[in-house]
Amino acid sequence: MMASAVAIAAPVPVVRRDRQRLIEKLAGCGFAFPAFLLLLLTNLVPLAVLLYLSFTNYELGALDTRFLGLDNFRKAVTDPVLRRSLANTFVYVAIVLPGAVGLGLLIAVLLHRRKRTRTFYEVVYFLPVTSTLIAMATVWQFILHPNLGPVNGMLRAMGFGEIAFLSEPAYVLPTLAAIGIWQLVGFNMVLFLAGLSAIPRDLYEAAEIDGCRSGIDRFLTITWPLLGPTTMFVIITTSITAFKVFDTVAVMTRGGPMGSSEVLLYAIYLEGYQYFHMGYAAALTLIFLAFVLLFSILQTFVLERRVHY
Amino acid sequence: MDTHLPSPHPSPGGRGRSPVGTLARRAATLFVVHGILIAGAVFILLPFVWMLITSIKSPAEIFAVDFSLWPKHFNAVENYGFALQKVPLLRFAANGVIVCAGILLIQLLVAIPCAYALAKLRFPGRTALFALVLMGLCIPIQVPALPLYMGLAQVGLLNTYFAIMMPFFLSVFAIFLFRQFFKSYPDEIIHAARLDGMSEFEIVWLIVVPSAWPAIAAFSVFSIVAHWNDLYWPLIVISDTHLATPPLGMMFFADAETGSNYGALTAAATVLTAPLVVAFLIARRRFIEGITMTGIK
Repeated sequence: MMASAVAIAAPVPVVRRDRQRLIEKLAGCGFAFPAFLLLLLTNLVPLAVLLYLSFTNYELGALDTRFLGLDNFRKAVTDPVLRRSLANTFVYVAIVLPGAVGLGLLIAVLLHRRKRTRTFYEVVYFLPVTSTLIAMATVWQFILHPNLGPVNGMLRAMGFGEIAFLSEPAYVLPTLAAIGIWQLVGFNMVLFLAGLSAIPRDLYEAAEIDGCRSGIDRFLTITWPLLGPTTMFVIITTSITAFKVFDTVAVMTRGGPMGSSEVLLYAIYLEGYQYFHMGYAAALTLIFLAFVLLFSILQTFVLERRVHY
Repeated sequence: MDTHLPSPHPSPGGRGRSPVGTLARRAATLFVVHGILIAGAVFILLPFVWMLITSIKSPAEIFAVDFSLWPKHFNAVENYGFALQKVPLLRFAANGVIVCAGILLIQLLVAIPCAYALAKLRFPGRTALFALVLMGLCIPIQVPALPLYMGLAQVGLLNTYFAIMMPFFLSVFAIFLFRQFFKSYPDEIIHAARLDGMSEFEIVWLIVVPSAWPAIAAFSVFSIVAHWNDLYWPLIVISDTHLATPPLGMMFFADAETGSNYGALTAAATVLTAPLVVAFLIARRRFIEGITMTGIK
């Protein structure tokens, strides 16, 4: 860009070039100013306030506020509720991640060579991504209902007992995770399909001549290694999305039964907007941010590598 | 469906085998492939089908012990009528439209000039601003939410459309996306426009923006889907039912008004899910492009 600007600007008189530079400066500042102002108001100032709050015991409406130093963070480390919600969040991620990535990859690989049916399946699998999760969560709640839901009806018909998917502490996280997978598979499938279409076809033919006969052989020698960067990318976006689980918990279980589905964002929501413990909620938010940043740094690192691939 | 039809291309894998064996192998493969795909599709479609069917069933059939898939008596008018009368469903949908349109409009008005400036103009602070934009990409709404909520409470703006939209007026993602797009716009055309006496303002909105239509469409889809479906922020700033966005309205509805009227509940879910699903079915490519192109967020 610089080179061409200089090349064109060279023959024009110096006065005019200076004038153009001034216009660019003024226009640039003017164009960027609204965005900068909003960035300040909706990101930078809130971040600073959040940091300050996290060192205090501020509660909404409280008259006196004390400076606590790192007490909020010390409290967080030993807080059983936070520990439980972090553990629950990680269990949720640990189920959703392999499920949504593995199934997304499987569907994409199976779908990649389809011609006539590809559009149909693509639409079906992508449907949950566009639909309103809260509405669908309400429907899921009904589907999994112990007496009225079709899933338990089917289990009964096959002679099994009923399963209280959402009120049995041992089942509630896997159930929520299954709904998380239901929502994410189509998204990951599209990312994998894009990755697959970038693999040159003649590689497969060459591999076949070299003796890779079965589909699994071809997958392991060509598809999997060449899809590596896409897979890393999908793993990280899925991790971040799963880590931010909130909607299904808020609608279907509210952290219950007995805290067995309380996740990090829901704990922050309760502390901040139900109990109004702003100081403590701010500290928890910073812990949440630390995890998200960790994932994001990994993501930038991987994206960087993908460019050089 | 293309099940069990041999491919018109000869399979190189079949060299040296009898044609009948090859055909059988292909048929078996297709059978397994479609078996898996259909099983997955059933899992994906289950809640949609169940929602639609329940929304036209009568309470007696919903609570019947031996459940049937297809209703014997259609109760659609009652269920949808109840949902529309008891709950301001259309109001929720209208709120969703207002909020999404307001957010998108301001996002575009703010992000496009800024992205152009970052891509094509030399001005002081450009590098620093771009660094801030990149940083902003990593910060989810849940982080500034707490101070923003306190600020809005302070100035008495909770329970307003402004409160729902305000945190999203600036989309660092839009700036990032449009900057990438504008960077590849030829400088020669911009210089020619300048020589013709066009102002920078005219260059942005009359020359560069029309060429960036695909990026703008993709971002619009992303923004609308995200804000139509967002629950976290509206849940925090809205307690007045009349200002509820679709997900929040659904939550109020499920909580209070209907109790165990599943017919009406699923009718409501259908009405609030339908706009985006129908839009998706019409503009399939645009939707998939928009949501996944912006999948970085």
